[in-house]
Amino acid sequence: MKPDPPVTLDLALQHGLSEEEYQRLLDILGRTPTYAELGVFSVMWSEHCCYKNSIAHLKTLPRKGPRTLVEAGEENAGLVDIGHGLAVAFKIESHNHPCAVEPYQGAATGVGGIMRDIFTMGARPIASLDSLHFGPLDNARHRFLMDGVVRGVGDYGNCLGIPTVAGETYFHEGYGTNPIVNCMAVGVVRTDRIASAIAEGEGNTVIIYGSRTGRDGIHGATFASEEISEESEAKRSSVQVGDPFAEKLLLEATLELVKSGTLVGVQDMGAAGITCSSSEMAAKGKAGIIIDLDKVPLREAGMSAYEILLSESQERMLAVVHRGREEEAEAILDRWELLHSRLGHVTNDGRMRVLFQGREVCDVPPFELALGGGAPVYHRESRRPAKLDEYNAADLSPYRADRDWNVALLEMLASPNVCDKGWVTRQYDSTVRTNTVQGPGGDAALLWVKETDTALAVTTDCNPRFVYLNPRRGAALAVAEAARNVSCTGAQPIAITNCLNFGNPYKPESFYFFAEAVAGMGEACRAFDTPVTGGNVSFYNESEETSILPTPVIGMLGLLEDVTKTVRSHFQQAGDRVVLLGTTKPELGGSEYLWHHYGVLAGDAPALDLDLEKRTQEVVRQAIAGGWVRSAHDCAEGGLAVALAECCLRDRERPLGATVALEPGDLAAADLLFAESASRIILSVPPEHAAEVLQLAALKGVPAADLGAVGGDRLVLGAWVDLDLARMAEAYYNALPAYFQAVAAAE
Amino acid sequence: MNFGIVVFPGSNCDYDVYWGLKNDLGYPVRFLWHRQRDLEGCDVIVLPGGFAHGDYLRAGAIARFSPIMEAVVEHARQGRPVIGICNGFQVLTEIGLLPGALLRNESLRFAHGPVYLRVENVQTPFTSGYQPGQVIQVPIAHGQGRYYAPPEVLAGLEDEQRVLFRYCDASGRISPEANPNGSLHHIAGLVSANGRVMGMMPHPERRMNSRLGGSDGLALFQSLAQAA
Repeated sequence: MKPDPPVTLDLALQHGLSEEEYQRLLDILGRTPTYAELGVFSVMWSEHCCYKNSIAHLKTLPRKGPRTLVEAGEENAGLVDIGHGLAVAFKIESHNHPCAVEPYQGAATGVGGIMRDIFTMGARPIASLDSLHFGPLDNARHRFLMDGVVRGVGDYGNCLGIPTVAGETYFHEGYGTNPIVNCMAVGVVRTDRIASAIAEGEGNTVIIYGSRTGRDGIHGATFASEEISEESEAKRSSVQVGDPFAEKLLLEATLELVKSGTLVGVQDMGAAGITCSSSEMAAKGKAGIIIDLDKVPLREAGMSAYEILLSESQERMLAVVHRGREEEAEAILDRWELLHSRLGHVTNDGRMRVLFQGREVCDVPPFELALGGGAPVYHRESRRPAKLDEYNAADLSPYRADRDWNVALLEMLASPNVCDKGWVTRQYDSTVRTNTVQGPGGDAALLWVKETDTALAVTTDCNPRFVYLNPRRGAALAVAEAARNVSCTGAQPIAITNCLNFGNPYKPESFYFFAEAVAGMGEACRAFDTPVTGGNVSFYNESEETSILPTPVIGMLGLLEDVTKTVRSHFQQAGDRVVLLGTTKPELGGSEYLWHHYGVLAGDAPALDLDLEKRTQEVVRQAIAGGWVRSAHDCAEGGLAVALAECCLRDRERPLGATVALEPGDLAAADLLFAESASRIILSVPPEHAAEVLQLAALKGVPAADLGAVGGDRLVLGAWVDLDLARMAEAYYNALPAYFQAVAAAE
Repeated sequence: MNFGIVVFPGSNCDYDVYWGLKNDLGYPVRFLWHRQRDLEGCDVIVLPGGFAHGDYLRAGAIARFSPIMEAVVEHARQGRPVIGICNGFQVLTEIGLLPGALLRNESLRFAHGPVYLRVENVQTPFTSGYQPGQVIQVPIAHGQGRYYAPPEVLAGLEDEQRVLFRYCDASGRISPEANPNGSLHHIAGLVSANGRVMGMMPHPERRMNSRLGGSDGLALFQSLAQAA
């Protein structure tokens, strides 16, 4: 083992600390830190662990609602009451940087990490979701990244036995070198069996269990807090390796431990491994903790204290067990054939002390390490980029020129942002655990909560183009779309989790997008009464050449009281009326149409009237509850024409056409067909209930129109589109597989 | 008629079978831990889906050595019913209670989704509740589901009508397009020579409640209950 290097300001800077932060560390300790301590502080004060550049803004988000049991930041995930003595833990997290260099393991460990956050709360995970953003697929590197990520998400969840039920896949140049990979997990827990990540009670025993600790993933959290560069490839060893079978054992054993009552608290080891878990637990319990690194089961000999403390080896947990009940807990771990070791105990001296080979290598106050404690908080400078005014003022009229609308629609259906994502979702087991009432391909997934009649609706949504053009409104639109998707299953939106993927916070023009998006998200969440129960911030999603589009992904949770009162998103029966809620406006800004046909990202994001949006969603929920509608689908990317096409095509075996009369009014055909105006929903309604639905809409002040009828084997949209369903299906279903088949054939 | 579900540490469809048998059919059912040697008097043994020991080596290759498997083999030898679903089917081929092997899917990718199956032989305790040639829909969810056996074994299976389920399209037609993993002879499920051990890759336990997409799987478990 090499001797530890001397700790200097230079070494601290190399660890990603600023000069100011290093001085603060000297002040806290009153001496020069040891090498291990420097490692501990650098990782705990990284953006990834302490949100130093974002927390001031995050605190402006609404965090409490009538159902909130655990608020954002209090535990590993937020917790929401769903009645029947049950609560839902759910959270979304990013694994962007690991996936940029090692897509398979990066994505797999992304799923593993978010699952641990859920079962650490004592909740059994019941669903997994993803939100994936890549560069365009005509590039081999982008296909390699997508293929690896999809396999990684799939293999991990499939083996663990948690269905991957919903998600989104999005393509844009900005994600080329820096893909966005966000994973969300949803779990259910009995409200009398909630576990906490706390260490308290002097003399209680600290036990590590799960996989051995190796050299993988050291400084992963610091890595995630830098821009992607050529050197990133060299940091591939910062990416951890996943073992879903070990995770399965960890999951079952942890839930059994929670049930046994032997635990004081339990915490998973993700970013910053033992350091993060032990210091956070101690800080939460306002206690101290002493651990002996010689007791940590290691994967290889010769590891230093620094390496053991900072290792991010996966599938490990730290538990605090009531003194005297250790053997009971250990018997459970033995049954699941998990390695375990008593590392130390809880103290009352308010210090985190670490022993290694008989020496004390770390003696720090845990409170000073943690978010909400002594971790730095910065108010970064924000400046509106001049180019935004230019974009917003762009004249879009040249793009409204007439064209062959049949061809335009067919091309749109084959666009990777619009086309069927079955190539992805067929690689995911979406029905294991037999809760899945509606899986991938709907507006939101719907999961039956067994032993009750209720169901949960879940979705992930974000249109990053809108956020790019207008971050405040774009983020509000993302919340609105997520809520609309949930409402289209009949469920009431009740809470969100967010994953905020942005660029470098030290660049004011980049930080502007973050600050504005958080503000817009807050406005929308207050309007829908959907508190933010937790989430994750991922900055530095840029490289020398490119930056991602600002991507605040919304993971929304909805509650449906009666699982039988739901509808699908596609047409069900010929003869049903096609009813459109909402109004189409000349809003081509940021649309898929502009991007796909002209390669243009300009204009402004569509207008959003939050009050109208809320009422529109009330109409759809009430209409579903009343049994008056047979399908409900929101209009999003690609506008009304694409949404209607999806209503026709989504049941691949039994496509159903429609004939729709469109009233253009003052609208150009491009707007009429492809504008992405917000707050629009397509319903299919049995003729005998059409009057009731229209009356309900009128009562709520929501514009509604009976556009036509379901039936036949063509989609006819006024004078503009008349297409055979088979041709549409070919475009819609073959687009994505074609990218990957072509490659397979070439190889 | 007691159902016993063997739980390996990486089983993940154990609870799904349990829930369906208990709540959709009201049958007595219990879990049997893989390290026990006693089947606790269960009449039908179910080896459920999942990844028994992670299956990083070859699906089912380690599970066959679990202590409970000796009792399962003995149970089968006595002519009492054993059913392996997905990973359970893989375990049954590994231990030799069923012939052949399950290889990686032809696509080399995990495949999930509903498939159609044609019921080929209803003269067994597993299929007596179906009509001859009936087409049912159940989901598959596997990475290693391509059934393989040498030609002489396949010929024997066909001669003895031991293929119980074959992949087909909605109308019951057999075709390469309707075969989701490249299985030889489009085999989705088959039975042992004595007719008492059955393995299938698709998941009938996921089709026991219309709330969850259909109930075509019910008849399989009802057949078993009637046989005993």
